[in-house]
Amino acid sequence: MSISYYPGCTLKTKAKNLETSALAAMKELGIEVEELDRWNCCGAVYSLADDDLIHIIAPVRDLIRVKERGHDTVITLCSMCYNTLARANELMKTDEEKRKTINMFMDEEQDYAGEVRVVHLFDYLRDDYGWDKLKEKIKKPLDGLKVGPYYGCTLLRPKEVALDRPDSPSIFEKFLEILGAEVSNFPLATQCCGTYQAIGNPDAATKISYEILTDAVAHGAEALALTCPLCDYNLGKRQNIMKDKIEGAPEVPVYYFTQLLAVALGLPAEDCHFELNRESAVNLLKEKSYI
Amino acid sequence: MPLKITSKTVDDNLIRKVREISGQPIYKCYQCGTCTGSCPMVEHIDATPRRLMALVQWGQAEALKDVNTPWVCASCHSCQVRCPRGIELPKVMEALRQIKLRTNENQIEPSNLQPEEIIDLPQIAMVSGFRKMTS
Repeated sequence: MSISYYPGCTLKTKAKNLETSALAAMKELGIEVEELDRWNCCGAVYSLADDDLIHIIAPVRDLIRVKERGHDTVITLCSMCYNTLARANELMKTDEEKRKTINMFMDEEQDYAGEVRVVHLFDYLRDDYGWDKLKEKIKKPLDGLKVGPYYGCTLLRPKEVALDRPDSPSIFEKFLEILGAEVSNFPLATQCCGTYQAIGNPDAATKISYEILTDAVAHGAEALALTCPLCDYNLGKRQNIMKDKIEGAPEVPVYYFTQLLAVALGLPAEDCHFELNRESAVNLLKEKSYI
Repeated sequence: MPLKITSKTVDDNLIRKVREISGQPIYKCYQCGTCTGSCPMVEHIDATPRRLMALVQWGQAEALKDVNTPWVCASCHSCQVRCPRGIELPKVMEALRQIKLRTNENQIEPSNLQPEEIIDLPQIAMVSGFRKMTS
Protein backbone atom coordinates (compact mmCIF):
# COMPACT_ATOMS: atom_id res chain seq x y z
CA MET A 1 0.00 0.00 0.00
CA SER A 2 1.22 3.42 -0.93
CA ILE A 3 1.97 6.09 1.66
CA SER A 4 2.22 9.85 1.48
CA TYR A 5 5.57 11.59 1.31
CA TYR A 6 6.11 15.08 2.72
CA PRO A 7 9.38 16.63 1.41
CA GLY A 8 9.44 20.11 2.99
CA CYS A 9 11.01 23.21 1.47
CA THR A 10 14.73 22.57 1.86
CA LEU A 11 14.72 19.16 0.18
CA LYS A 12 13.77 20.63 -3.18
CA THR A 13 16.85 22.85 -3.39
CA LYS A 14 19.65 23.10 -0.79
CA ALA A 15 19.19 19.53 0.42
CA LYS A 16 18.30 17.90 -2.89
CA ASN A 17 20.94 15.28 -2.05
CA LEU A 18 18.77 14.14 0.88
CA GLU A 19 15.64 13.84 -1.24
CA THR A 20 17.01 12.22 -4.40
CA SER A 21 19.04 9.62 -2.51
CA ALA A 22 16.05 8.76 -0.30
CA LEU A 23 13.61 8.45 -3.19
CA ALA A 24 16.01 6.25 -5.14
CA ALA A 25 16.62 4.08 -2.07
CA MET A 26 12.91 3.74 -1.27
CA LYS A 27 12.20 2.76 -4.88
CA GLU A 28 14.93 0.13 -4.72
CA LEU A 29 13.49 -1.19 -1.45
CA GLY A 30 9.99 -1.35 -2.90
CA ILE A 31 8.59 1.32 -0.58
CA GLU A 32 5.94 3.10 -2.61
CA VAL A 33 5.49 6.74 -1.70
CA GLU A 34 3.44 9.49 -3.29
CA GLU A 35 4.49 13.08 -2.77
CA LEU A 36 1.64 15.23 -1.49
CA ASP A 37 0.63 17.43 -4.39
CA ARG A 38 -0.34 20.44 -2.30
CA TRP A 39 2.05 20.51 0.61
CA ASN A 40 3.05 23.72 2.34
CA CYS A 41 5.91 24.66 4.68
CA CYS A 42 5.54 22.97 8.07
CA GLY A 43 6.88 26.07 9.85
CA ALA A 44 10.26 24.43 10.59
CA VAL A 45 9.83 24.85 14.36
CA TYR A 46 6.86 23.80 16.45
CA SER A 47 5.22 26.69 18.24
CA LEU A 48 6.04 26.62 21.95
CA ALA A 49 3.67 29.39 23.06
CA ASP A 50 0.55 28.00 24.67
CA ASP A 51 -1.68 30.72 23.24
CA ASP A 52 -0.30 30.54 19.70
CA LEU A 53 -2.45 28.27 17.55
CA ILE A 54 -2.01 30.06 14.23
CA HIS A 55 1.39 28.42 13.71
CA ILE A 56 -0.14 24.98 14.16
CA ILE A 57 -2.39 25.54 11.14
CA ALA A 58 0.32 24.98 8.51
CA PRO A 59 1.44 21.52 9.67
CA VAL A 60 -2.17 20.45 10.31
CA ARG A 61 -3.12 21.44 6.75
CA ASP A 62 -0.40 19.09 5.49
CA LEU A 63 -1.82 16.29 7.61
CA ILE A 64 -5.32 16.97 6.25
CA ARG A 65 -3.88 16.61 2.72
CA VAL A 66 -2.69 13.13 3.71
CA LYS A 67 -6.09 12.19 5.14
CA GLU A 68 -7.88 13.48 2.01
CA ARG A 69 -5.74 11.18 -0.08
CA GLY A 70 -6.94 8.23 1.93
CA HIS A 71 -3.50 7.47 3.31
CA ASP A 72 -2.95 6.60 6.96
CA THR A 73 0.80 7.33 7.07
CA VAL A 74 3.01 10.20 5.99
CA ILE A 75 6.75 9.72 5.72
CA THR A 76 9.28 12.50 6.25
CA LEU A 77 13.04 12.72 5.65
CA CYS A 78 13.99 16.08 7.16
CA SER A 79 14.05 15.69 10.92
CA MET A 80 12.77 19.23 11.54
CA CYS A 81 9.73 18.55 9.36
CA TYR A 82 9.25 15.25 11.17
CA ASN A 83 9.29 16.97 14.55
CA THR A 84 6.93 19.78 13.58
CA LEU A 85 4.38 17.53 11.86
CA ALA A 86 4.51 14.88 14.58
CA ARG A 87 4.01 17.42 17.39
CA ALA A 88 1.14 19.13 15.60
CA ASN A 89 -0.38 15.68 15.14
CA GLU A 90 0.01 14.90 18.86
CA LEU A 91 -1.71 18.15 19.76
CA MET A 92 -4.65 17.38 17.46
CA LYS A 93 -4.92 13.92 18.99
CA THR A 94 -4.70 14.87 22.63
CA ASP A 95 -5.92 18.44 23.18
CA GLU A 96 -9.65 18.55 22.62
CA GLU A 97 -10.07 22.27 23.22
CA LYS A 98 -7.31 23.34 20.84
CA ARG A 99 -8.41 20.75 18.28
CA LYS A 100 -11.88 22.30 18.24
CA THR A 101 -10.54 25.81 17.83
CA ILE A 102 -8.19 24.80 14.99
CA ASN A 103 -10.89 22.83 13.18
CA MET A 104 -13.33 25.72 13.52
CA PHE A 105 -10.74 28.17 12.20
CA MET A 106 -10.18 26.03 9.12
CA ASP A 107 -13.86 25.71 8.30
CA GLU A 108 -13.06 25.13 4.61
CA GLU A 109 -11.22 21.94 5.53
CA GLN A 110 -12.53 18.64 6.82
CA ASP A 111 -12.10 18.14 10.57
CA TYR A 112 -8.89 16.53 11.72
CA ALA A 113 -8.19 14.65 14.96
CA GLY A 114 -4.76 13.13 14.45
CA GLU A 115 -5.89 10.19 12.32
CA VAL A 116 -2.68 10.14 10.27
CA ARG A 117 0.54 8.53 11.48
CA VAL A 118 3.64 10.72 11.05
CA VAL A 119 6.85 8.74 10.60
CA HIS A 120 10.44 9.43 9.70
CA LEU A 121 12.15 7.11 7.21
CA PHE A 122 14.21 5.77 10.14
CA ASP A 123 11.31 4.45 12.21
CA TYR A 124 9.51 3.33 9.05
CA LEU A 125 12.51 1.14 8.19
CA ARG A 126 12.67 -0.23 11.73
CA ASP A 127 8.98 -0.74 12.49
CA ASP A 128 7.30 -1.28 9.12
CA TYR A 129 9.93 -2.48 6.68
CA GLY A 130 12.10 -4.35 9.15
CA TRP A 131 15.85 -4.40 9.69
CA ASP A 132 16.16 -8.02 8.50
CA LYS A 133 14.54 -7.26 5.16
CA LEU A 134 16.75 -4.19 4.76
CA LYS A 135 19.83 -6.27 5.44
CA GLU A 136 18.94 -8.63 2.59
CA LYS A 137 18.91 -5.71 0.14
CA ILE A 138 22.44 -4.48 0.87
CA LYS A 139 24.64 -5.07 -2.16
CA LYS A 140 27.72 -3.00 -1.35
CA PRO A 141 28.37 -3.12 2.40
CA LEU A 142 30.29 -0.09 3.62
CA ASP A 143 33.03 -2.28 5.11
CA GLY A 144 35.68 -0.31 6.90
CA LEU A 145 33.89 3.04 6.83
CA LYS A 146 34.00 4.49 10.33
CA VAL A 147 30.88 6.58 10.71
CA GLY A 148 29.68 8.65 13.65
CA PRO A 149 25.86 8.63 13.87
CA TYR A 150 24.76 12.19 14.61
CA TYR A 151 21.18 12.36 15.86
CA GLY A 152 20.86 16.03 16.76
CA CYS A 153 17.69 17.11 18.55
CA THR A 154 14.51 16.73 16.62
CA LEU A 155 14.40 12.95 16.16
CA LEU A 156 14.72 12.45 19.90
CA ARG A 157 13.19 15.39 21.71
CA PRO A 158 10.69 15.98 23.16
CA LYS A 159 9.77 12.49 24.38
CA GLU A 160 6.27 12.50 22.82
CA VAL A 161 7.74 12.30 19.33
CA ALA A 162 11.08 10.57 20.05
CA LEU A 163 11.99 7.75 17.65
CA ASP A 164 14.06 6.16 20.37
CA ARG A 165 15.19 6.73 23.97
CA PRO A 166 16.20 10.41 24.05
CA ASP A 167 19.34 9.92 26.13
CA SER A 168 20.55 6.56 24.84
CA PRO A 169 19.24 5.95 21.34
CA SER A 170 20.46 3.12 19.12
CA ILE A 171 18.36 3.30 15.95
CA PHE A 172 21.05 5.14 13.95
CA GLU A 173 23.77 2.74 15.11
CA LYS A 174 21.63 -0.24 14.07
CA PHE A 175 20.98 1.32 10.67
CA LEU A 176 24.69 1.94 10.04
CA GLU A 177 25.55 -1.59 11.16
CA ILE A 178 23.11 -2.98 8.61
CA LEU A 179 24.80 -0.89 5.92
CA GLY A 180 28.02 -2.64 6.91
CA ALA A 181 29.71 0.45 8.32
CA GLU A 182 31.78 0.55 11.47
CA VAL A 183 29.90 2.64 14.03
CA SER A 184 31.89 5.21 15.99
CA ASN A 185 29.81 6.12 19.02
CA PHE A 186 30.53 9.50 20.51
CA PRO A 187 29.06 11.26 23.55
CA LEU A 188 27.93 14.41 21.73
CA ALA A 189 25.85 12.50 19.13
CA THR A 190 22.63 13.87 20.61
CA GLN A 191 23.86 17.37 21.40
CA CYS A 192 22.43 20.29 19.45
CA CYS A 193 24.45 21.73 16.54
CA GLY A 194 23.14 25.23 17.24
CA THR A 195 20.33 25.00 14.68
CA TYR A 196 18.84 28.42 13.77
CA GLN A 197 21.44 30.17 15.92
CA ALA A 198 23.46 29.97 12.71
CA ILE A 199 21.74 33.27 11.94
CA GLY A 200 21.15 34.54 15.50
CA ASN A 201 24.45 33.77 17.20
CA PRO A 202 26.67 32.27 14.51
CA ASP A 203 29.80 32.18 16.68
CA ALA A 204 28.07 30.14 19.36
CA ALA A 205 26.71 27.74 16.71
CA THR A 206 30.19 27.40 15.22
CA LYS A 207 31.70 26.62 18.62
CA ILE A 208 29.24 23.90 19.58
CA SER A 209 29.38 22.37 16.09
CA TYR A 210 33.17 22.31 16.41
CA GLU A 211 32.83 20.44 19.72
CA ILE A 212 30.59 17.84 18.08
CA LEU A 213 32.98 17.28 15.16
CA THR A 214 36.09 17.01 17.33
CA ASP A 215 34.27 14.64 19.70
CA ALA A 216 33.28 12.39 16.80
CA VAL A 217 36.83 12.38 15.43
CA ALA A 218 38.30 11.71 18.90
CA HIS A 219 36.08 8.63 19.11
CA GLY A 220 37.33 7.24 15.83
CA ALA A 221 34.85 8.58 13.27
CA GLU A 222 36.24 9.39 9.84
CA ALA A 223 32.85 10.69 8.69
CA LEU A 224 29.53 11.82 10.10
CA ALA A 225 26.04 10.71 9.07
CA LEU A 226 22.99 12.86 9.80
CA THR A 227 19.34 13.44 8.90
CA CYS A 228 18.71 17.19 9.00
CA PRO A 229 19.59 19.90 6.44
CA LEU A 230 20.22 22.43 9.20
CA CYS A 231 22.62 20.07 10.99
CA ASP A 232 24.27 19.51 7.61
CA TYR A 233 24.68 23.26 7.24
CA ASN A 234 26.18 23.78 10.72
CA LEU A 235 28.32 20.65 10.79
CA GLY A 236 29.09 20.29 7.10
CA LYS A 237 28.93 23.41 4.96
CA ARG A 238 30.09 25.73 7.74
CA GLN A 239 33.30 23.77 8.29
CA ASN A 240 34.99 26.37 6.06
CA ILE A 241 33.96 29.19 8.41
CA MET A 242 34.85 27.01 11.39
CA LYS A 243 38.38 26.56 10.04
CA ASP A 244 38.79 30.33 9.70
CA LYS A 245 37.59 30.94 13.25
CA ILE A 246 39.06 28.01 15.18
CA GLU A 247 42.60 26.83 14.75
CA GLY A 248 42.91 23.12 14.20
CA ALA A 249 39.24 22.57 13.27
CA PRO A 250 39.05 19.18 11.55
CA GLU A 251 37.87 18.35 8.03
CA VAL A 252 35.07 15.81 8.44
CA PRO A 253 33.11 14.34 5.53
CA VAL A 254 29.37 14.61 6.26
CA TYR A 255 26.63 12.53 4.62
CA TYR A 256 22.89 12.26 4.78
CA PHE A 257 21.91 8.81 6.09
CA THR A 258 20.03 8.21 2.84
CA GLN A 259 23.15 8.80 0.74
CA LEU A 260 24.97 6.04 2.61
CA LEU A 261 21.87 3.85 2.21
CA ALA A 262 21.76 4.47 -1.55
CA VAL A 263 25.48 3.66 -1.89
CA ALA A 264 25.10 0.46 0.14
CA LEU A 265 22.13 -0.54 -2.02
CA GLY A 266 24.44 -0.27 -5.02
CA LEU A 267 22.61 2.67 -6.58
CA PRO A 268 24.47 5.04 -8.94
CA ALA A 269 26.29 8.00 -7.36
CA GLU A 270 24.21 10.39 -9.50
CA ASP A 271 21.21 9.56 -7.29
CA CYS A 272 23.06 11.09 -4.35
CA HIS A 273 24.00 14.50 -5.73
CA PHE A 274 27.32 14.42 -3.94
CA GLU A 275 28.21 17.79 -5.48
CA LEU A 276 26.12 19.30 -2.68
CA ASN A 277 28.30 17.65 -0.02
CA ARG A 278 31.78 18.63 1.02
CA GLU A 279 34.44 17.58 -1.45
CA SER A 280 35.99 15.36 1.22
CA ALA A 281 32.74 13.38 1.40
CA VAL A 282 32.84 12.22 -2.21
CA ASN A 283 36.63 11.75 -2.06
CA LEU A 284 36.37 9.39 0.90
CA LEU A 285 33.78 7.22 -0.84
CA LYS A 286 35.96 7.05 -3.95
CA GLU A 287 39.04 6.27 -1.90
CA LYS A 288 37.19 3.33 -0.33
CA SER A 289 35.92 2.29 -3.80
CA TYR A 290 32.26 2.44 -2.78
CA ILE A 291 31.47 4.65 -5.76
CA MET B 1 25.60 39.27 41.85
CA PRO B 2 23.18 39.21 44.79
CA LEU B 3 19.54 39.86 43.99
CA LYS B 4 17.52 42.34 45.97
CA ILE B 5 14.03 40.92 46.27
CA THR B 6 11.50 43.35 47.66
CA SER B 7 7.86 44.08 46.87
CA LYS B 8 9.16 46.78 44.52
CA THR B 9 11.38 44.47 42.45
CA VAL B 10 8.86 41.64 42.05
CA ASP B 11 6.93 42.16 38.82
CA ASP B 12 3.66 40.21 39.11
CA ASN B 13 2.81 41.05 35.53
CA LEU B 14 5.90 39.28 34.25
CA ILE B 15 5.10 36.17 36.30
CA ARG B 16 1.54 36.18 35.00
CA LYS B 17 2.63 36.58 31.37
CA VAL B 18 5.28 33.86 31.52
CA ARG B 19 2.82 31.41 33.11
CA GLU B 20 0.17 32.27 30.58
CA ILE B 21 2.31 32.11 27.43
CA SER B 22 4.38 29.11 28.51
CA GLY B 23 1.57 27.20 30.20
CA GLN B 24 4.26 25.87 32.56
CA PRO B 25 4.13 25.29 36.33
CA ILE B 26 7.16 27.48 37.01
CA TYR B 27 6.98 27.02 40.81
CA LYS B 28 7.61 23.30 40.47
CA CYS B 29 11.26 24.10 39.74
CA TYR B 30 13.35 23.24 42.80
CA GLN B 31 16.60 24.64 41.43
CA CYS B 32 18.52 21.38 40.96
CA GLY B 33 20.39 22.73 37.93
CA THR B 34 20.00 19.63 35.75
CA CYS B 35 18.90 21.99 32.95
CA THR B 36 22.11 23.97 33.23
CA GLY B 37 24.15 20.78 33.15
CA SER B 38 22.33 19.77 29.96
CA CYS B 39 22.52 23.08 28.10
CA PRO B 40 24.87 23.01 25.08
CA MET B 41 24.90 26.82 24.98
CA VAL B 42 25.91 27.22 28.63
CA GLU B 43 29.19 29.01 27.89
CA HIS B 44 27.44 31.52 25.63
CA ILE B 45 24.63 32.59 27.97
CA ASP B 46 24.79 35.12 30.77
CA ALA B 47 22.18 33.49 33.01
CA THR B 48 22.03 29.71 33.23
CA PRO B 49 18.63 28.05 32.74
CA ARG B 50 18.48 27.34 36.49
CA ARG B 51 19.10 30.97 37.37
CA LEU B 52 16.66 32.10 34.72
CA MET B 53 13.96 29.94 36.31
CA ALA B 54 14.66 31.56 39.69
CA LEU B 55 14.46 35.04 38.16
CA VAL B 56 11.13 34.15 36.57
CA GLN B 57 9.73 32.64 39.80
CA TRP B 58 10.61 35.87 41.62
CA GLY B 59 9.36 38.12 38.82
CA GLN B 60 12.73 39.82 38.44
CA ALA B 61 11.86 41.78 35.31
CA GLU B 62 14.73 44.22 35.69
CA ALA B 63 17.35 41.49 36.07
CA LEU B 64 15.83 39.58 33.13
CA LYS B 65 15.72 42.57 30.80
CA ASP B 66 19.16 42.22 29.29
CA VAL B 67 19.70 38.51 29.81
CA ASN B 68 20.68 36.89 26.49
CA THR B 69 19.66 33.34 27.46
CA PRO B 70 16.32 33.08 25.59
CA TRP B 71 18.00 34.51 22.47
CA VAL B 72 20.90 32.07 22.53
CA CYS B 73 18.69 29.09 23.42
CA ALA B 74 18.40 26.83 20.37
CA SER B 75 15.22 25.07 21.61
CA CYS B 76 17.10 21.77 21.62
CA HIS B 77 14.89 20.46 24.46
CA SER B 78 17.80 18.77 26.30
CA CYS B 79 16.77 20.54 29.51
CA GLN B 80 13.17 19.44 29.06
CA VAL B 81 13.82 15.72 28.63
CA ARG B 82 16.00 15.66 31.74
CA CYS B 83 14.00 17.93 34.06
CA PRO B 84 13.04 15.84 37.12
CA ARG B 85 10.07 18.15 37.72
CA GLY B 86 8.66 17.76 34.22
CA ILE B 87 8.94 21.45 33.39
CA GLU B 88 9.10 22.27 29.70
CA LEU B 89 11.82 24.91 29.90
CA PRO B 90 11.89 25.65 26.16
CA LYS B 91 8.34 26.97 26.61
CA VAL B 92 9.52 29.32 29.36
CA MET B 93 12.27 30.55 26.99
CA GLU B 94 9.63 31.00 24.29
CA ALA B 95 7.47 33.05 26.65
CA LEU B 96 10.39 35.36 27.44
CA ARG B 97 11.08 35.79 23.73
CA GLN B 98 7.42 36.40 22.96
CA ILE B 99 7.10 39.07 25.65
CA LYS B 100 9.64 41.15 23.72
CA LEU B 101 8.56 40.16 20.19
CA ARG B 102 4.94 41.04 20.93
CA THR B 103 5.98 44.65 21.35
CA ASN B 104 6.92 44.57 17.65
CA GLU B 105 10.60 44.58 18.41
CA ASN B 106 12.87 42.25 16.45
CA GLN B 107 15.86 40.50 17.99
CA ILE B 108 17.52 40.03 14.61
CA GLU B 109 16.96 42.00 11.42
CA PRO B 110 16.43 39.79 8.37
CA SER B 111 17.58 42.63 6.09
CA ASN B 112 21.01 42.51 7.74
CA LEU B 113 21.69 39.03 6.40
CA GLN B 114 24.35 39.23 3.71
CA PRO B 115 23.49 37.92 0.21
CA GLU B 116 26.48 35.54 0.31
CA GLU B 117 25.13 34.10 3.56
CA ILE B 118 21.62 33.64 2.18
CA ILE B 119 22.92 31.72 -0.84
CA ASP B 120 24.19 28.93 1.43
CA LEU B 121 21.56 29.03 4.20
CA PRO B 122 18.99 26.25 4.07
CA GLN B 123 15.39 27.50 4.04
CA ILE B 124 14.68 25.88 7.40
CA ALA B 125 17.45 27.99 9.01
CA MET B 126 15.76 31.20 7.94
CA VAL B 127 12.19 30.09 8.63
CA SER B 128 13.08 28.85 12.12
CA GLY B 129 15.40 31.75 12.94
CA PHE B 130 12.83 34.35 11.91
CA ARG B 131 10.08 32.48 13.74
CA LYS B 132 12.11 32.61 16.94
CA MET B 133 13.67 36.03 16.70
CA THR B 134 11.43 38.38 14.74
CA SER B 135 8.06 39.78 15.67
